[in-house]
Amino acid sequence: MTTWLLRRTIQMLAVIWGVMTLAFILAFIVPGDPARMVAGTNASAQAVANIRHELGLDQSLVSQYFHFVVRLFHGNLGVSFALQNQTVGSVIMRALPFTMALAIGGILWELLLGIPFGIIAAYRPKSAFDRIATFSALFGLSTPPFWLGLMLLYFLAFKLSVFPLNGVGHPLIWYLILPSFTLGVGGAAFYSRIVRTTVINVLRSPFIEFAQLKGMPASLILKRHVIRHALMPIVTMIGMDLGYFLGGVLIVESIFGIPGIGQLAFRSISTLDVPIITGTVLIASVFMVLMNFFVDVLYTFIDPRVKLQRNT
Amino acid sequence: MSNAKHYLAAEADIDISSVSLSFSARAWSSIKKDKIAFLSVMIVIFLMLVAIFAPWFAPKDPLFQYPEGLSKIGAPQGPGSHFFLGTDQNGRDVLSRLIFGARVSLTVGVVATALASLIGVVIGTVSGYLGGWIESILMRLTDVVLSFPLLLFCIALIAVTGPSTKNVVLVIAFAYWTYLARIIRSQVLSLKEREFVIAARSLGLTTPQIIRRHIIPHLIPTIIVYSTLGVATSILIEASLSFLGIGVPLPQPSWGEMISEGQKYFQSAPWLLVAPGVTMIIAVLAFNLMGDWLTDLFDASTKVAQR
Repeated sequence: MTTWLLRRTIQMLAVIWGVMTLAFILAFIVPGDPARMVAGTNASAQAVANIRHELGLDQSLVSQYFHFVVRLFHGNLGVSFALQNQTVGSVIMRALPFTMALAIGGILWELLLGIPFGIIAAYRPKSAFDRIATFSALFGLSTPPFWLGLMLLYFLAFKLSVFPLNGVGHPLIWYLILPSFTLGVGGAAFYSRIVRTTVINVLRSPFIEFAQLKGMPASLILKRHVIRHALMPIVTMIGMDLGYFLGGVLIVESIFGIPGIGQLAFRSISTLDVPIITGTVLIASVFMVLMNFFVDVLYTFIDPRVKLQRNT
Repeated sequence: MSNAKHYLAAEADIDISSVSLSFSARAWSSIKKDKIAFLSVMIVIFLMLVAIFAPWFAPKDPLFQYPEGLSKIGAPQGPGSHFFLGTDQNGRDVLSRLIFGARVSLTVGVVATALASLIGVVIGTVSGYLGGWIESILMRLTDVVLSFPLLLFCIALIAVTGPSTKNVVLVIAFAYWTYLARIIRSQVLSLKEREFVIAARSLGLTTPQIIRRHIIPHLIPTIIVYSTLGVATSILIEASLSFLGIGVPLPQPSWGEMISEGQKYFQSAPWLLVAPGVTMIIAVLAFNLMGDWLTDLFDASTKVAQR
């Protein structure tokens, strides 16, 4: 177990290093001149050169990379090019809570819709409910999130005025219901399919039959055995989804006007704000790596069977 | 000895032909029973035809700004007999744009997926079969790419390469191959321990020969299923990129771009959003359903083959 944990940790660090390097390369080969972007179109060549020097962009690739890595080890993501005198860390920290809240909301929708639908469908396979659940799941998986978001905005916010139109306000949760639903629908559909398959298999297994034969009430079987098994594959996916949401919520954020990480990343790409691009991409992917690691470790605790197989 | 060889070969031949025969027969009989699968395959074929023969299907020029396409105050026209699905804010025919948009969306979806599958299969097979440090390096590389949130990664890559149809295809392929590489690798890991591979190795076949003749054929069902699903995903990614304004460059119509433009006029002209949205859902749904059907089909056939 300890060797496994050690190996897994080293692997994780290697991947984080790879992510870091790839993020750096991406930022380095961005076309256009960030120094010109910062200086403005009317600045003199001298002013642009000064800014380039100030930003360290005149140094060689290797020395820039070296500085980049050293800075990261000190937890310093650099200073934004476009937003003057603001550190990347502070800009990201301002956006992160919105994205975090949105991501958690999305996960809640996934669980709230996915698990009950999956379980009910599995208990009555081929019933009308199962067919409707199957079809709506496929529908949920096939609907482009930006289209769904626009539709919800149009009908529930614009036409019926049930929900606020866009932006954020007080209380935040009220502004996040539609965006998080948009975010969670696809995952909910996916979860319900997974839960359905798992539960159908569990219901066929001998220990359920045994529990039934010894007279255990169905509700207790559901609570003690079925739900626990149904949650197993979900645990892996929640971790990955959380990582994914923290970086992939760009579309939802831009439709609903939420000032989160995704919007920040997108805007910084159009203004060539390289430190912010690197910072946001890095934060999102490191989150993903950490989540995967966490889930892997957690998994060996929940399911003792995987311990031996996970040595690869 | 040579007799025995011939006998074996003949038996193998019969075996293969009967399997393939029963496979296509099974595909046919299952699609006759399964109405949804039938419908999804029909839709996919229809969309392909529409995309290929777009100029024949489109009633009007998708780029021409028809003067009669706008009302007297310059607003887009609703669906009617002249413009079947209405016109957009520039007086262009929505139906014709949808049809030419299918060309863009499907081309990007199919080509990007084919490319991603190629990379994924090569990397998955090589790392799964060879193992060792090659596997470690390739799989960590896969982990690194997989760690980037898909869409954000695509956007960052587009920012680097600049938006063009070719770059959109390359970027999607470059971000998406990892999923197939993982799956293929795990399959190859178990395949290489099977008796027929061990037998081939002891007969002295070289590694490329074994991979080509004994590994790849067993991977084909997986590749087909995941490619079908991959087309659906690629269409969604392309639309997302176009929606954000960094996908296929204007004035080429694409479904994502139509939705992106349509959202500005949605309150007065809802058809601008409904038409491309519903078309996309149908297309993606059809590819997903076809993928599901293929999964079941191949699942059944591997079970039969194993028995």
